[in-house]
Order: sequence, then C-alpha cells, then structure tokens
Amino acid sequence: MSLKNQACIVGIYEHPTRKAPDKTIAQLHAEVAHGALADAGLSFRDIDGYACAGDAPGLGPLAMIDYMNLRVRHMDSTDTGGSSYLIHVMHAAEAIATGKADIVLVTLAGRPRSEGSSGTVPRNFGANAPDVPFELPYHAVTLNQYAMAAKRHMYEYGTTAEQLAWVKVAASHHAQHNPHAMLRDVVTVEEVVNSPMMSDPLHRLDCCVVSDGGGAVILARPEIARSLNKPVIKLLGAGSSIKALNGGDIDLTYTAGRYSGATAFAEAGVTPADIQYASIYDSFTITVIMQLEDLGFCKKGEGGKFVADGNLISGVGKLPFNTDGGGLCNNHPANRGGMTKIIEAVRQLRGEAHPKVQVPNCGLALAHGTGGVISSRHGSATLIMERA
Amino acid sequence: MATIYQDRVITAPVATPENQPYYDAAARGELLIKRCLACSAFHYHPRAICPHCFSDQTEWVVAKGEGTIYTFSVSRRVLPTAYAIAYVTLAEGVSMMTNIVDCDLDALEIGQAVKVVFKPSDGGPPVAMFTPV
Repeated sequence: MSLKNQACIVGIYEHPTRKAPDKTIAQLHAEVAHGALADAGLSFRDIDGYACAGDAPGLGPLAMIDYMNLRVRHMDSTDTGGSSYLIHVMHAAEAIATGKADIVLVTLAGRPRSEGSSGTVPRNFGANAPDVPFELPYHAVTLNQYAMAAKRHMYEYGTTAEQLAWVKVAASHHAQHNPHAMLRDVVTVEEVVNSPMMSDPLHRLDCCVVSDGGGAVILARPEIARSLNKPVIKLLGAGSSIKALNGGDIDLTYTAGRYSGATAFAEAGVTPADIQYASIYDSFTITVIMQLEDLGFCKKGEGGKFVADGNLISGVGKLPFNTDGGGLCNNHPANRGGMTKIIEAVRQLRGEAHPKVQVPNCGLALAHGTGGVISSRHGSATLIMERA
Repeated sequence: MATIYQDRVITAPVATPENQPYYDAAARGELLIKRCLACSAFHYHPRAICPHCFSDQTEWVVAKGEGTIYTFSVSRRVLPTAYAIAYVTLAEGVSMMTNIVDCDLDALEIGQAVKVVFKPSDGGPPVAMFTPV
C-alpha cells in the first residue's frame, strides 16, 4: 500500500515565542494545537488522532491527551529526536489511509532557552542506555559529535569551512524577512568563519540557535481537506530510517537520510531535480551538506560545492531552502527542528511564505529531518508534498 | 599556536553486569573489546549478542591498544579547558569514541597513530583514552 495522495496537511502553526519562561511545556503544546486548529478551520473535537515526542511532558500522548481533553483512536509517541514529527506525519497518513483516523494532530513544544539546555551539555540517558558508559566520560555533546562528522567530511571530500559557511549565509538571507527570527542580520562567509571556534571545525555561526517555542501540524483525509478553506497540500511520499555505529565498523560521512530519502522519492514517484523547495534540517551547517548529498540533490562529497555561492538562497540559487531562516537563524524549539521544517514547506506550497522568499508557483516541496546525533545514532525522515 | 592538553574531571562511567569485565580490565590498564566466536568479527562497545551476526557466543579480547584517529574535534568552548573528542580505529578494526590526551591538541590529524592510556575518572574506573605515538 502506498501513502501517495492518501492524506493532506490541513493545518499548520508555528509559535511566535522564542523565550517563554512564564509558560509550561504542556501549555505551549496546547497553544500550538489551538493555532493549527484555527489555521485549518477545525475544532479540537474533530481530532481523532494525536502524536507527540519526548519533548512532551509525562508519558507524552497520555499527558497531553488528558491536558487537552482529546478523544483519539490513533496515537503515536515515536521519538527519534528532532526528526520525530516527520515520522508522526508518516504514521498519521498510514492511520488515515487504513481508516484508523480521520484528522490527526501533531505537536512539538519546549523551553530549552529558558531551561539552559543546549548542544554543549552532555545528554545523559542513564546507565541503562548501553552507549552511555562508553560516551559520557568523553564529554560527548551534540556540538562536538556533529563537529567530528564535519571533520571527517572535510578530510574525505575536501569540504571547506567557507562552504559550510554558505549554508548559514543562505539562512540569514531568508531570516532577514522573518520578524520572529532570532537572528535577522544577514551574515557573510567571512563573518561565519571568523566567528568564535566552538568545536573544530564548527564556529559559533555554524550552529543553530537555542529557542523556546513549538509548532503543530494537522493531517486529514483528502475529502476533508477539500472541504476546508486552504490550498490542499497532499503527502506524496514519506520515508524514515535510523543509522547508528554498526558495531564499531563506522562511516560517519553519510546519514540515514540516504534511506529515508530513497523511500520517500520512490513512493512519491519524483526525483530530487523535481523539488522546487526543500526544508533541510539545520542543527549545524554540516548537517545540511550531508543530508543534501544523502537525499540525492548532489553526489556524495559534493555537498560543499552544491551549497556554495548562494545556491540555497531563494531567488538566487537552484534549491531554495529553509526560507523561514531555519534552525540556524529563526528558531529550534525544544532543540528539535523537524516540526518547523514541515511548517515552512507547507507555507511554500500554499504560497504563504514571505513574499521576498516565496518560490514562484511552488508545487512540489520536500521536508527532511535528522534527530539525535549524526556521528552516532540518529533518525532521519523525509516527506514529499505537493499542492493539489 | 598550541593548545596543550590539560587534565579535567572525567565523569565516571557506570558499570553494568554486561560491561563489568571491561571496567575491571581498565583498572588493570587493559582495553577489552569483544570478538564473536561464530563470525570472528570484533565489535565495540562490548555486548552480549554480536551486532554483526547476532550470535550469543562472544568472548572478551585484550586489544593491542594501538590505533589511528578516524576523526576528532577540539572542543574549545564547552568546558573551561579545551579537550579533544575523537573516534579511534583500533588495530583490530573497530572504532571507539574516546579523547586524545597528553599532547598539543592543535597538532592532531586524522590518520595519526595513537596508543591507549588510562585516565582516572571521578570516583569510578579508569577511562581508556589515546595519545599520539
């Protein structure tokens, strides 16, 4: 069974807050749900499916379904870090396609900025996580593990700091038009490579922001989508995968996006050359380069050349990406960027992106997420969507 | 420019029934890895079930303690002192996360030969790290 054309994204909402010390995480989840329902023109009583990941409090769906008083027959708490929400969309489409749900809500929210959590703090999942005793003593943090992937990519393929910087430059060109973005100043390659070295080879401006906030999407079966007052955005294909350390026989130059992307493109029946807009997870600049290769937008090892010279800037390059400013400039709520990747792709397909970054007649878009750590264990997920 | 390694407080690993022999060996100054009796492949980190063929017949082996740097990163703004996190590929073929110590961190290179040294942890067993040969 294919998911192609089986479900549509009918509601989106990105929380405008970037710092929310006076709100609870549950409240932020409910606020983004409220916003997405208003966007879709639906009531919370219309929802019969719900998904959230580890950013939600308590046992996730149990806590949030109680808090929002939802009545559901589909629920999903898949947690692959920042890519979870794309997988929730895939699972929601599966539920809709098989008659297990009609309208599914997915929420993300968190307050890492208020709580002092970031990619420079070790994440200790406890000794029951089998990897922890073999990684925690080495002070492995998100930042330096992505840096190790970048270092190896540079070694094998000649990728340069300037090429990495172009990813940030492109994001900043987009963020200048987003009044909610945390970083709205356009930066140059020189400014990126001259920003403080955090963990070789990643500079401060190679890293995403830390923000509070959240987002939500709502999926529905196509006949419901057509009855609402928004452009109909169909899911054409979806894929997910997890890549880890292979028992110590490692290759850190590629991600699970190689597999999730191939699955999604095959289901959608399109190729990377057909994609008019791409939301690409941008925890760090290297993340974008490796995922673009793994998704097939260029050959392995040529991601650095692909992103250089403004090729990701809307209206300038061949592949407009992250036109909201992405995680690098706009926001990265809950330290998990997958939700906002979906939201901006839907905005582009609806024609609701900022006019300065809107892709003309955007009919086919991709959203891709990576969650966890690119140089150890991570989950990748890819969605391909089309405007009907 | 040089960034000379400085000792830091190392978070103690928590031993489990599955990895206790690894940490007992570390206290003796030995780096243990596991080999599968069914497929002969080494793996890291050590497990009861071989991650290459899923056999439950695995044995502990003392690694030579020699390897090369697969990749690394000198973290300069994470802790008060700079430190080098790395993956080292052991002579036996498996790669492990580690730190590179007792050297100028600015002189490290991928492919560089290294050997194991053990550093004390904060209230736990010693931790396997590597230093240039």
